[in-house]
Amino acid sequence: MNTIESGNVAAAMAVKLARAEVIAAYPITPQTPLTEKLSEMIDRGELDAEYVAVESEHSALAVCIGAASAGVRPFTATSANGLLYMSEQVHWAAGARLPLVMCVVNRGVGAPWTVWNDHQDAISQRDAGWIQLFVKDHQEIMDTTLKAFRLAEEVSIPVMVCYDGYYLSHTYMPFDAPEQERVDRFLPPFHYAHTLDPSHPENLNSVTMPDTRTDVHGETAPSYMDIRHNLHREMVQAIDRLEAIDAAFRELFGRGGHPLMEPWRCDDAEFVIVAMGTLANQFRDVVERLREQDGIRAGVLAIHLYRPFPNDRVQAALAGVRGVLVYEKALSYGNQGPLYGDVRSALYDCEPRPAVENFIVGLGGAGIRTGELYRTARQACLEIGRQETPDDAPHWVGLGV
Amino acid sequence: MSTTAAKKTTAVSLDAEEYAHPGNRACTGCTLNTLYRVGLKALGRDCIFAVPPSCLTVVQGLYPISSSQMPILNVTFASTAAAASGIRAAMKRRGKKTQVVAWAGDGGTADIGLQALSAAIERGEDLIYICYDNEAYMNTGVQRSGTTPKGTLTNNTLSGKAEAKKDVPAIVAAHRPAYVATCSAAFPLDFHDKLLKAKGITGFKYIHIHTPCPPGWGVEDRLAIAVGKAAVESGLYDLYEIENGRFRLSGPSQKLLRKKKLPPVSDYFAMQGRFKALDDAYLQAVQQEVDDKWAGYRERFL
Repeated sequence: MNTIESGNVAAAMAVKLARAEVIAAYPITPQTPLTEKLSEMIDRGELDAEYVAVESEHSALAVCIGAASAGVRPFTATSANGLLYMSEQVHWAAGARLPLVMCVVNRGVGAPWTVWNDHQDAISQRDAGWIQLFVKDHQEIMDTTLKAFRLAEEVSIPVMVCYDGYYLSHTYMPFDAPEQERVDRFLPPFHYAHTLDPSHPENLNSVTMPDTRTDVHGETAPSYMDIRHNLHREMVQAIDRLEAIDAAFRELFGRGGHPLMEPWRCDDAEFVIVAMGTLANQFRDVVERLREQDGIRAGVLAIHLYRPFPNDRVQAALAGVRGVLVYEKALSYGNQGPLYGDVRSALYDCEPRPAVENFIVGLGGAGIRTGELYRTARQACLEIGRQETPDDAPHWVGLGV
Repeated sequence: MSTTAAKKTTAVSLDAEEYAHPGNRACTGCTLNTLYRVGLKALGRDCIFAVPPSCLTVVQGLYPISSSQMPILNVTFASTAAAASGIRAAMKRRGKKTQVVAWAGDGGTADIGLQALSAAIERGEDLIYICYDNEAYMNTGVQRSGTTPKGTLTNNTLSGKAEAKKDVPAIVAAHRPAYVATCSAAFPLDFHDKLLKAKGITGFKYIHIHTPCPPGWGVEDRLAIAVGKAAVESGLYDLYEIENGRFRLSGPSQKLLRKKKLPPVSDYFAMQGRFKALDDAYLQAVQQEVDDKWAGYRERFL
């Protein structure tokens, strides 16, 4: 069904199609219309689910943790400080290997207060053990959320679907909402291997020792580090699983094909701009202009899967280019952009190694003017690799004073 | 549910089946251990627990060994009531009557878990929430909590706690849940029967248990039950129930109404190392408070 709706409503429609059964949420801008929509769907009888109106984000994820552990598909969503407030639970859900899906409607974090978009909220949770997907339009919100449920449940690792606050959450775009019957074919009923059940009692997430320990039957049980190693190994394996799930999605719905990253005009590119979310869309205009006005063969690579980071695919996509420009809306304060660090690390073994530049844009919703992106990208393309001492400090684009 | 129908459980009529295994990691003389053993008998098999970090986490065992036959979800410190709400929501979706039980300590209830607890009561979640109150953070080695009584020596109140004990059951009762009860580990069968009653009530049920802790209270292991009894029998710690907003003294406290004279509270304080810093003036003030409280009870209930 083709429709025109906001990004938040697209997410709510995806959650409904996924037949989530427990929704726990606490309002925070710009996530609020998403969870309001879900409560409205439940109220009207369009979505058969329990809505738990919790008193905090910490409790929102706690409810999801409880519900998933008891064998039911939950959903929550948040933004900014809400994500930070639930951070303990974010780590807990990953360690407990719970197949949760959460939408993060990206917003800058306080202080000072900002309600506008950047990626610092989600990026601050990148090492928690969640799969993190970034999307750049409403169709991707819909499709990625559906794929996220299947991925989370296949690998038993929680998934964050991250989309830009306001740029996507509050803008209206046309997209296709698939039919329920086909979604049901794509997404099997919820499954969790350790469901709380009085007839098969288990003590979940109990204190686990630094060394392996023998159970009552003489079997060796893993140590804490073994359990964490499994999470890492299976998270890396999730890259292939996501590709397989995307292929299955494509077969059913005719969309997809770029689950990890999406190159645009990269085939002959000498310079590739790397970005996440809506910023990658904005760079398509920049790339056109660089090609038409300056004869610079540029392309843009939109990273969809940020964690696990698909190192070898990023390397393959960028090997042989002269320069890589990483534009991002987050920062590891006192160092550099996190995505820049990841891309640079992925390219370390390339011979020759492309030059990589870092640009910080749009923090706290700072205006990102396409003209300014064009000017900074053009200058970088002209100068890259020519500096006497390459500077790996980030360039700030859009500072006011 | 009627308050009169229930027959009192005795040591003889208590379910002989053990749901908690022997040989767990509780300290010698731990009264939480008694509560857990007896509590599981009241709850039976069809229940799921949500447990935050606490002595109970230790009692329940280190992975991969569990000291009971119950399904248990260990959860973060602040989230007990919320996680239990999530389990309850899932049970509702799955059409199961399984009783969901949150079982936390005083720190996990009165301090870090109070927000989630308050919200779960306000939402009217169909849960049993048990707080075993050993009046300090015992699992981390005896630090003061919101329910540590005034004057108590702990490892971060070296001259005695300056502030009074937080009255958590009263805070809970102010939310008007379906059921509130106070218990003492010294009277485990009273706890058993209140738990049994709570099981039969729909809505939020809260049970607060005074839980002597020999190492934390400076009490000999063999005297843990005696000290718990002294708290109740001196009239210092009251056992009561609040059903549909109606307060009544229950069990051993109810019996005190007709007693002419109760043992002095100073006996209770004198039994414990943690109260060494209390002076006579303070003890007299507490005695006066207890006398006034009971005079009020006699006026109200006799």
